[in-house]
Amino acid sequence: MEKLKYERPVIRKMNTGLMNKFGSRIENEPVTQIDGIPVSSLIKKFGSPLFVISEKQLRSNIQNASRIFKTRYPKVQFAWSYKTNYLNAICRIFHQEGSWAEVVSGFEYQKALENNVPGNKIIFNGPDKSEDDLLIASRNNSLIHIDHLDELLTLIDLSDKHKLRPRVAVRINMDTGIYPKWDRFGFNLENGQASNAIARIMNDKNLQLVGLHCHIGTFILTPSAYSVAATKLCELARDVKVKYGRSIEYLDLGGGFPSTNKLKGIYMPGSDTVPSMDQFADAITNTLLGFGFRQDELPLLVLETGRALIDDAGFLLGTVLTNKRLSDGRRAIILDIGVNILFTSLWYDHKISPAQDSVQITEDMVLYGPLCMNIDMIRESVNMPVMEKGDQLVVHKVGAYNMTQWMQFITYRPNVVLIDTESNSHIIRKAENLNTLHSMEQLPEHLKNSGLK
Amino acid sequence: MKLKKNVATSEAGFVFNPGTGDSFSVNQTGAEIISLLKENRSPEEVINLISSKFDAEQIQIEKDLDDFVSQLYIYNLLENQD
Ligand SMILES: Cc1ncc(COP(=O)(O)O)c(C=O)c1O
Repeated sequence: MEKLKYERPVIRKMNTGLMNKFGSRIENEPVTQIDGIPVSSLIKKFGSPLFVISEKQLRSNIQNASRIFKTRYPKVQFAWSYKTNYLNAICRIFHQEGSWAEVVSGFEYQKALENNVPGNKIIFNGPDKSEDDLLIASRNNSLIHIDHLDELLTLIDLSDKHKLRPRVAVRINMDTGIYPKWDRFGFNLENGQASNAIARIMNDKNLQLVGLHCHIGTFILTPSAYSVAATKLCELARDVKVKYGRSIEYLDLGGGFPSTNKLKGIYMPGSDTVPSMDQFADAITNTLLGFGFRQDELPLLVLETGRALIDDAGFLLGTVLTNKRLSDGRRAIILDIGVNILFTSLWYDHKISPAQDSVQITEDMVLYGPLCMNIDMIRESVNMPVMEKGDQLVVHKVGAYNMTQWMQFITYRPNVVLIDTESNSHIIRKAENLNTLHSMEQLPEHLKNSGLK
Repeated sequence: MKLKKNVATSEAGFVFNPGTGDSFSVNQTGAEIISLLKENRSPEEVINLISSKFDAEQIQIEKDLDDFVSQLYIYNLLENQD
């Protein structure tokens, strides 16, 4: 007798009252390839877990953003925010597309130089610039964004001593109605710190004030906050012109545009709730154009957009280690992807797709990572086809911050692969191994013999 | 691994628990397993019988049975073990 087709036994409770109140979408459409390369062959060749970046998506993102802004305003310059993802291959893609570099440490500054960014196209932000950093940046004609009074005084001192004429901007923090206020960085506008700093610069014979900068926060969902910020920077630029006769060359509105990820606690997918880049561009450029600058004195608009340009170009591929029932009946899937490499799972509900055609039956489940810690949860509740040991999956929109904030913990950081625009794959950061880690350790002489036999 | 005596099952794949008032739907494999459990079959027997009827590896059936039974337990359909 021929056997019947087997289907996993399933029991479902009926009429359980409310369904998931927000009818969360089922995320079970399999994603079996990335830019033409099967997920299975990527994992076979480069291991699991594996970060994959699509060069095609990345280039299209920056080209699209440039077009959106440049069709609205004549002078626009993007500067790639290194901390978002500073793998050299990634930075170079942005530089090839015309982006300057925006860095916040001596380390990032050195990286930008090694990526052949001319000194005058490096924006140096952040509260932690050493005297050496300030000297190098001044000599290279970089744009030094002053964060606090101590830094300003140090720079005044250094430029006097070393006969330098650094080009500087003042980082301004202000009330744009956005909470939390990022008032830890820069000089406050409302309490007069900003004007005092500007006065100090204008009275110095060496420092050249060329720009005004703000970064009002990250994942901002209200374009109008940018109108407020742009208005305040314009007013400040006008004050400088009136008071000192000096035209500000550029206004830097920082980063902060959201990616289409879904923030935890918001029930709709990000693509439905996040304002478009066009809306942010309208808010900013309408303000600049309407402010009343003379045509020949329109400031350059600088943008330090990070996550919105790269999140959706990054994928994290992984493999199911096991699936089990928790004691309360929920299904749990344990993945080889932990929060140590997927840092952003702490604030996003990342979209996750199976990487193979699977059974139609879906279930609510928890996705855990492999770390021996309770916090290692990738998705608290997701409706997906049940996956078995060895099944593969794709975590979407992981391009921003994960490859810079990841931690080496319990296991190694994995390979990062770039798929170029012709669908060739290249390792752009090698997986760590025991040697990588041991090369940084040293054993004192008296511990060289472990003692155990 | 014993189904509660008063649990009612139907040909069409419905399961009713008069103790709690809950009803459930099961697929064909699920219905087969429940009827075997009603006959007080041991896990080995259930696995053997299912694998003789359906096209699947014994190891797969064993894993699925383990999972299925833990759901029956959560849904209050099993006699307490003790
Ligand atoms: C000064 C500055 N510029 C740009 C960015 C990039 O921000 P985002 O990724 O939100 O666009 C950041 C991030 O915190 C920042 O601090």
